[in-house]
Amino acid sequence: MENVLEAKNVNVFYGDFQALKNINMKFKKNAVTALIGPSGCGKSTYLRLFNRMNDYIDSFNLQGEIMVENKNIYNKEIVVEELRKKVGMVFQKPNPFPKSIFENVAYGLKIQGVTNKAVLKNAVRKALQQAALWDEVKLDLDKSALALSGGQQQRLCIARTLAVEPSIILMDEPTSALDPIATAKVEELIRELKQKYTIIIVTHNMQQASRISDYTAFFYMGDMIEYNKTDTIFTNPQHERTQNYITGRFG
Amino acid sequence: MKKEKIIEGLLKFSALVTILTTVGILYVLLSESIAFFREVSIWEFITDKEWTPLFVNKHFGIMPLVAGTLLTTFIAISVALPIGITIAIYLSEYAHKRFKKIVKPLLEILAAVPTVVYGFFALTVVTPFLQSIIPSMSGFNALSAGIVMGIMIIPYVSSLSEDALSAVPKELRNGSYAMGSTRLQTAFKVMVPAASSGIIVSVILAFSRAIGETMIVAIAAGQQPRLTMNPLVPIETITAYIVQVSLGDVQHNSIEYKTIFAAGITLFIFTFILNNIGFYIRKKYREQYE
Amino acid sequence: MNNSQINRLKDKTFNYFGIFCTLIGLVILAFFIGSIFYDGLRRIDWDFLTSLPSRKAEKAGILTAWVGSIWIVIFTFIIVVPLGISAGIYLEEYAKKSRLSSLIEVNISNLAGVPSIIYGLLSLEIFVRLFGMGNSILAGSCTLALLVLPIVIVATGEALKAVPHSIRAASYALGASKWQTVWEQVLPASFGGILTGVILAISRAVGETAPLIVIGALLYVPFTPSSPMDEFTVLPIQIFNWISRPQHEFTTNAAAAIIILLLITFIMNGVAVYFRNKWQKKINW
Repeated sequence: MENVLEAKNVNVFYGDFQALKNINMKFKKNAVTALIGPSGCGKSTYLRLFNRMNDYIDSFNLQGEIMVENKNIYNKEIVVEELRKKVGMVFQKPNPFPKSIFENVAYGLKIQGVTNKAVLKNAVRKALQQAALWDEVKLDLDKSALALSGGQQQRLCIARTLAVEPSIILMDEPTSALDPIATAKVEELIRELKQKYTIIIVTHNMQQASRISDYTAFFYMGDMIEYNKTDTIFTNPQHERTQNYITGRFG
Repeated sequence: MKKEKIIEGLLKFSALVTILTTVGILYVLLSESIAFFREVSIWEFITDKEWTPLFVNKHFGIMPLVAGTLLTTFIAISVALPIGITIAIYLSEYAHKRFKKIVKPLLEILAAVPTVVYGFFALTVVTPFLQSIIPSMSGFNALSAGIVMGIMIIPYVSSLSEDALSAVPKELRNGSYAMGSTRLQTAFKVMVPAASSGIIVSVILAFSRAIGETMIVAIAAGQQPRLTMNPLVPIETITAYIVQVSLGDVQHNSIEYKTIFAAGITLFIFTFILNNIGFYIRKKYREQYE
Repeated sequence: MNNSQINRLKDKTFNYFGIFCTLIGLVILAFFIGSIFYDGLRRIDWDFLTSLPSRKAEKAGILTAWVGSIWIVIFTFIIVVPLGISAGIYLEEYAKKSRLSSLIEVNISNLAGVPSIIYGLLSLEIFVRLFGMGNSILAGSCTLALLVLPIVIVATGEALKAVPHSIRAASYALGASKWQTVWEQVLPASFGGILTGVILAISRAVGETAPLIVIGALLYVPFTPSSPMDEFTVLPIQIFNWISRPQHEFTTNAAAAIIILLLITFIMNGVAVYFRNKWQKKINW
């Protein structure tokens, strides 16, 4: 499997505070890679490097290179809106737009200029099917997205992201605000999706990481301590810190 | 993308219109006033005791208009201040939350009534009523206008003061009650002093509003500039004078025309200073609680 | 009575005094309005609403006044709504916390506190004379638009602030540009708050008298306007005109016209408050 994302000598600062220290990492295509570590270790910051969502923070400063499909996405010529069509994101707290289910899923295409109703309808259906939400909402796509349950809203947000047909999906603790049943559904969805997409998921939940990911990277206070196949990390970690974290010595 | 830049430019221009407005106001007031002061010395403007630019024997002393403005304003504040602060204390220390929720927007109605309507009340209801008590009072006078203006600005005092009282940390109030104080004692000995900056701001802004009021005084206070503090006789405020001239036929480059800008810049200076003192104090006390 | 009893008595007295003060303003206003209804209600009939003003009180009507008011309202709306909303969007969504944006915001606070008659003076020199609009509806609308502009800008800013950042983040993450995010998501979500501000601004404009007198709105207009460059009068000025007449019949006319003006004002404010409540319930994300 090839590498599709890469971090080269990445150092991230918020003002004087260094959030990430000398990260070098390659992500495998069509795999689920989990980023784990205690709060404040930098994993969310790291995730957001890949779709440049950190750009909105004034004090953010990046040194090093972030490569998506072999292009440094922080180069001046990069159009960030184009990048985000390739690299989608699902947030921790479901954030559907205060509009109908249909409008939510169709939004990504509409802003690209797609107006053909048939094309949109088709794309919406496809995305909702991929997100395993279609059967639950197909009877009333005009219903407000805010009327859905938390788990359904999150799957809607996933559908919304899928409709744009990215190749990479970033997930920032996507199930931490959901109940166990909804969580299980989303996890099953992630397992399905990796056949077509490359997924990076930040998670606080180690059991989740071991359940659904192929690779896991352990972060601690801005350093990447260990990065390996998930099985290896959880059964035979190389570093003591990793060992201490996954056995719950600290959290 | 170019389209984004153009849109941002248009939006920025809209925001800059507000700066242009201020520049425009300053330019207009200054240019005409400077022309005015080439013909009338500032000394005369400030010290002459009469204001008669529309008569043959012209005097250009601004003091009568200032006196008229301040007289009506003081009367208004002496109505609005005690009532407004009492309302603020009552709503914040005594009233049920439901009562407060209903009453606060209702009080805003007082400020929403068009001022020409208030002027009508002052002239046709308040003045005759006061004349029945005080027979020596003229048909046009500062008292009626001032009282009605005071009613209009009650919400300026009550709303901002109530906000200030609400912003005081609950611990202060609870501490006072825990020592056995009544609501009244807590209100006056603890809450009002703690909220004093906010209350002062509300009074300053109400004062500024009253100084700038036009229609109530134009209708009910009279058109006789008079250097007096007698509330029972006709006077004229700065604003009413401007209206008076605007209603007449005044030539563009005449001295009479320029007087409305001299009067206007006087008014502007007063309200500008008051408003900014108020903003400054408000900024400082907000920092205190945040 | 001992000290504690005195204090409790004072407290109770203040309680009643507080209720009294709270209601006294509204009671007096109700009394005022009642006396106006008493004086003017019978004067209102179809003729009154559709007649031109006249030297004879019984014949005079408010047709040109309320038609003028409608013209003014329409043009003020056309000017202030795009201008105010755009400025609000710029300050809230685009302007970084720079010295320029702080300056603009302080300036807006100042403009909101400038007496309305000063706007008349500004307009007299700039719009009426310099731009050559004369004492037209257009000049009047420009005057009032600048006067109520701060209301619209502030209301827009507050409404935009209330939209959660997560909505914007979701939009950006899907590849939308800043303007697309504002236009497609943030603005529609803040519509209720903006609408409330616009209604309050227009309601204020309807009742304004002084600045329009300064720019030369006429007291006596025996024709209805047919273009924005025409001379005009508005309802509050017509009222002012009738108040200034000594005959009692004109006082009755003024009272009748005031009833109409108050009706318009209260309905607009009521609608604005209704929308504000409805919108505030909606934004429980």
